[in-house]
Amino acid sequence: MNIRYRILATWLLFGVAAVVVCLVAPLVGSTSISLRRVFDSSIPFADNSDAQIFFVARLPRVLAGALVGSSLAASGVVLQALLRNPLATPFTLGVSAGAALGAMLVLTLELPSGIAGFSAVPIASFAGSLGAVAIVYGLARARHRGLSTNVLLLAGVTLNSFFSALILFVQFLSDFTQTFRTVRWLMGDLDVSSYAPLIAAVPPIALSFAAFAVLPRRMNLLSVSDESAASRGVDVHSTQRLAFLSASLATGAAVSLGGPVGFIGIVVPHLIRLLVGADHRLVLPASAFGGAAFLVACDTVSRTALAPLEIPVGVVTAIIGGPFFLWLLVKDR
Amino acid sequence: MAACQRPLVVFLALLAIILPVLGFGQTQPQRIISIIPSTTEMLFAMGAGPRVIGVGNFDRYPPEAETRTKVGGLIDPDVERIISLKPDLVVVYGTQTDLRAQLERAGIPMFPYQHAGLADITETIRALGTRVGSGKEAQALADRIEAEIADVKKRVAGRPRPRTLLVFGRDAETLRGIYASGAVGFLHDMLEAAGGTNVFVDVKRQSVQTTSELAVARAPEVIIEIGVDTASTKGRNVSAWDALASIPAVRNKRIYQLRGDGMMNPGPRISASIRRMAEVLHPEAFK
Repeated sequence: MNIRYRILATWLLFGVAAVVVCLVAPLVGSTSISLRRVFDSSIPFADNSDAQIFFVARLPRVLAGALVGSSLAASGVVLQALLRNPLATPFTLGVSAGAALGAMLVLTLELPSGIAGFSAVPIASFAGSLGAVAIVYGLARARHRGLSTNVLLLAGVTLNSFFSALILFVQFLSDFTQTFRTVRWLMGDLDVSSYAPLIAAVPPIALSFAAFAVLPRRMNLLSVSDESAASRGVDVHSTQRLAFLSASLATGAAVSLGGPVGFIGIVVPHLIRLLVGADHRLVLPASAFGGAAFLVACDTVSRTALAPLEIPVGVVTAIIGGPFFLWLLVKDR
Repeated sequence: MAACQRPLVVFLALLAIILPVLGFGQTQPQRIISIIPSTTEMLFAMGAGPRVIGVGNFDRYPPEAETRTKVGGLIDPDVERIISLKPDLVVVYGTQTDLRAQLERAGIPMFPYQHAGLADITETIRALGTRVGSGKEAQALADRIEAEIADVKKRVAGRPRPRTLLVFGRDAETLRGIYASGAVGFLHDMLEAAGGTNVFVDVKRQSVQTTSELAVARAPEVIIEIGVDTASTKGRNVSAWDALASIPAVRNKRIYQLRGDGMMNPGPRISASIRRMAEVLHPEAFK
């Protein structure tokens, strides 16, 4: 089949799947609501609890799940190609650990409590992720023209452990009640309960996705080897730089929105490759849509399985993702 | 000669066995360490403060407690420092199993304690008082607390009990990370005593992570926020609740922030904290 048709079919199929999941998810929850009441304009919004559950509690949450899931899955694809390592995840290069450190500092030191309606936690975690990106990027360029993917990987992994140690230290210094909040943050939480955090996260994610749009062809060549890509006219250095920075930006924004929700960046891309093959022109868009659908579905489980109690969404993705990933490791090898 | 001494020896030996059992021979502890804020408060409130030589890192009340040597906290007690202070009684938390084993080996007497319901607070005060030799003062303190709680209960009795969401933690500016009291523990008991009905009376847990959906669905008539002051002195942004205007408490502007660390401390200030809750739930009962 012509590649153009396949790309079109992939977009349509996975796009529709993601949209369907996002449309169904807000209808399900710990409370039963009546759709007729939700859209009944004769009831003032302030009195319409069904509409508030739908528009304030569920819809922002579903959209947050879609944004976070999509960003993490797409970043996973890009980083796996960049590092030529199927085990790479959006969290491999220290971005999430930097974000977590930022969030921990605000949660435990209770520095400023926030800026007019904006919580300080996402701001600090985004800043932390940018800091980690800058360190890793600086190190990977220091002794190399362009980016050394080996240094990138080693610096990222080391920074991850280093930041994790700092996080433990910050937690050690904190009050017992704060420790609980910080641990909870690490499990991921999509209950954003307003649109403001979504709007704040859209620009960096949109910027990253714009970069993702030009990457697939180059990544196809790059995933063979730097030399073969260069011989076909790919500017290897600028492609690596673009891939690293855009994937990191999307990951940082996603983590500051929903916390470090694990396994999406590795489970979804591999699942998608099983379905559509290895061509990044198919894998990347399918993973972006698939990641959105996967996380929104997992969050629906987290909201409803033990209602009124909530299972942290990171626990749900890990319970589904961990065994799946192990199966992937041993499958036909 | 030897024959007439024998009964005396036997009598003294019997005395030596019986007296400690009866509590007579037990000397009053003079070097007490308390690691948990609520038991530290209890000791000071029953007048045993001068004999407290070490406190936990998070013990801030009464202010006098801050002058004592800090010996770590719930999860990181400084065993070396505790032993070097040569205490003759350490009040430990029930879950500090490592610390308890180490103190056991060092031969240091302990009084284990664990938070539970409201009734356990005065129970603990009495037991702790007996243990440290301030039984009378502790009894009076416990009686006073119980009388004050009884007074609040009497004032609110028969009044409609507002359905209340008792929030003890959330993000300062937004409605993220809301934690509220479930139907287990002293916070729930305080709310009940103050004349409120917990909206999570069906959730048999100490804490419930409250999503915005849950907050709307449970439709509390009153929202009480406690645990506001920890390190920072700034309160939480009450207007964050405006996004959920269908909640009766939001619409009727019945959201109250009760500040001060005493609100979350199951110690001697508990009756005052219950009264503060009752005053916002039933202002007309305290006119």
